[in-house]
Amino acid sequence: MSEHTDIQVSNSKIDMMKHGLIIGMPITLGYLPVALTFGVVSSQSGLTLGQIIAMSVFVYAGASQFMGVNMIVMGAGALEIIIATFVLNFRHFVMSFSFMNQLRDYSFIERLPLALTLTDEAFAVASIHKQEAKQKHGFYFYAALFLTGYAVWVLGSLLGGLLGEVLPERLSDSMGVALYALFIGLLIPSVKQELRVGMIAMVAILVNVICSLFMSTGWSVIVATVVGGLSGIYFLREDEVS
Amino acid sequence: MIYFIIAGMAVVTIIPRIIPAAIIHKLNFRPWLHRALQAVPFAALGALIFPGILSVYEDKPLIGLVGGIVAVVLTFIGLHLIFIVIGSIAAVYFMSLAF
Repeated sequence: MSEHTDIQVSNSKIDMMKHGLIIGMPITLGYLPVALTFGVVSSQSGLTLGQIIAMSVFVYAGASQFMGVNMIVMGAGALEIIIATFVLNFRHFVMSFSFMNQLRDYSFIERLPLALTLTDEAFAVASIHKQEAKQKHGFYFYAALFLTGYAVWVLGSLLGGLLGEVLPERLSDSMGVALYALFIGLLIPSVKQELRVGMIAMVAILVNVICSLFMSTGWSVIVATVVGGLSGIYFLREDEVS
Repeated sequence: MIYFIIAGMAVVTIIPRIIPAAIIHKLNFRPWLHRALQAVPFAALGALIFPGILSVYEDKPLIGLVGGIVAVVLTFIGLHLIFIVIGSIAAVYFMSLAF
């Protein structure tokens, strides 16, 4: 009897990991060309393979890595680069708060690896998949989802740094739309289900368009996400959105 | 020096990511703050999509826009996410050949 339960438990952990891998496929597809490009651009800019890998392993935030390499090449000061990175990535603080609130019942040890590998894309996919947080072994779902993205990012940068242009330029440029398509594919079904969700996104878009006229992208996205989130106090007042 | 910069970039990226994980269980949010946090994913998606999508191809905002419209249409048809992404890439690829 106990043997039977053990098998069931291990099965469902693996099932949850498989589920996470499959749900994470669009992220994989989106990250690979960007990571390859990061490796190529960085090695052309004179970074060593060790530096390229260190950045992808320890920073793991696409836009800020490109910006960092660009600023290094331009000869910007260390403090300037670090502050710019902070501003660009601070949106993850808001996202992490939202996601960790979803994972309230998890232990810190489970929350930590997910927080460390939180990106825009992982967050977006994970917060659309809320129900898994309440399922047994839901942690394995999120872990597989987050770590796949991380692995693809690190390996992709390594390959790009080692091999140079692997993908034809036009193809890798075109694949730049992948992450936007992912965001659209996540947002629209929620809007179809709950029009109020679309209102929240519209508020964020409007604020972002206005703010981006006089702010850096980093600040603009933060302000738009916070203001859009606060609009949810009004739009979601009747009940909880699933 | 470059490793020092990378270390600095890592610290300022990691700290905002992990603070919420470390303190969330100590916080009890009022219902209105819960609602705001529940709205964050949708706000973030909006802010991440637009106007960023216009810069997929430098100086050719129309290409990114069409890629986005194709993604919207494919989503409405009800395709799986992976095909939405592939379809949008294909649309941008052909647009970049044509313009």
